[in-house]
Amino acid sequence: MDKIVSLEEIRQVFKNDQRILVGGFGISGTPLSVLDQILETDAENLEIVSNNLGDSGMGLHKVFMAGKIKKAIGSFFTINKEAVEAWSKGELEIELLPQGTLAEAIRCGGAGIGGFYTKTAVGTELSKNKEIREIDGIRYVFEKSIRGNVALIKASKADRLGNLVYHTTARNFNPMMATAADIVIAEVDEIVEIGELDSEQIVTPHVYIDYIVQSTYKKEGSEYVEVK
Amino acid sequence: MLKLNSREIIAKRIAQELKEGDVVNLGVGIPTLVASFLEDKTVYFQSENGLIGMGPPPASEELDIDLIDAGKNPTTLAKGAALFHSADSFAMIRGGHVDAAILGTLQVDRHGEIANWAVPNQPILGVGGAMDLVVGAKKLIVAATLFTKNDSPKLVEKLTYKSTGERKADLFVTEYAAFTFSEEGIKVIDLYGDLTIDELSEKLSLPLVSEIQTIK
Repeated sequence: MDKIVSLEEIRQVFKNDQRILVGGFGISGTPLSVLDQILETDAENLEIVSNNLGDSGMGLHKVFMAGKIKKAIGSFFTINKEAVEAWSKGELEIELLPQGTLAEAIRCGGAGIGGFYTKTAVGTELSKNKEIREIDGIRYVFEKSIRGNVALIKASKADRLGNLVYHTTARNFNPMMATAADIVIAEVDEIVEIGELDSEQIVTPHVYIDYIVQSTYKKEGSEYVEVK
Repeated sequence: MLKLNSREIIAKRIAQELKEGDVVNLGVGIPTLVASFLEDKTVYFQSENGLIGMGPPPASEELDIDLIDAGKNPTTLAKGAALFHSADSFAMIRGGHVDAAILGTLQVDRHGEIANWAVPNQPILGVGGAMDLVVGAKKLIVAATLFTKNDSPKLVEKLTYKSTGERKADLFVTEYAAFTFSEEGIKVIDLYGDLTIDELSEKLSLPLVSEIQTIK
């Protein structure tokens, strides 16, 4: 099976009410081209799992502004003014998790683990109404793992099998999200032949990847610009 | 030498706490200034978005907007830098492998419990890595100017802002003094502003114990 598909072809993946995991921290490591494709579909009422909801009018920020997101699960939404406003009006549901809890919940989701106990957030508002358990004298809160219907991730290079390598801190949530959804789409800057990636350097093995798409965004100075 | 402002005084005092070879996570705000006061000490900066070994901010020709710190500002890789994903990064943080977390704070209570993520009457929609750093760092150092713009103390009997976690700060550094916390109460371990301990105690309406240590 050829995993390489066009951006147009990827549109048929998106359906109403899906839970979609989206990689990225700020804009670094965000699958910008694939996110733009959601705008070309009728999919709505989406539940998004991502550290933040895009930034500076890019990525998830656009998807949000198009009214397609009903709920967001992540760790930092304050940066997105419109999302804060929508939340205050009751138009957007937000579930806030500490960043490490978010990362671990996704890791567990992809690793066949139902949940985990963490010290993080015990005694705070974010552990309210969650199970607290003392283990060897330390209090932990139970957090359920997270999986998605779809994961959209960004890598630097893919070979034709779907093995992935990342670039610097654009790695962030992408390797865990690649393991934690039924359909995983990797947007990459460059596609190379099988054998061209150094096996010692591969971070995400191809077993996790369903589709590969070529990114249409490039870095130019202090921004990412779309190249057609 | 130029006179340091309050934020720089705090950053400089915190830099003295770090040991050669420490792995340190710096929060946003005052903590980011600490790097400028290390002199010839080598420490390794951990950034929770997946990096140990942050270098200085990039010159414009080496700018790479994928390479950012936890405050989303462009950064560089120092020699020997290592990259990893977010789950590994927080395993490292929660697992007690980071020597010190230096975090800004809104309030600190008399036991050293901190509130640094939520402002009252504002939507609480961002927490980031603060709670993970608070529970996981071997040493928790918090930084803030001692009073708000309206002159209310940030060192308080009881938090009125939302707690970041049960773990107490090991050290609270302000522009007037450095504080530690114990059963015997709040201790002033260093005093370098223009207020005496009695004057500080009066302004804070809190009892303070003097335990000034001489720094070599």
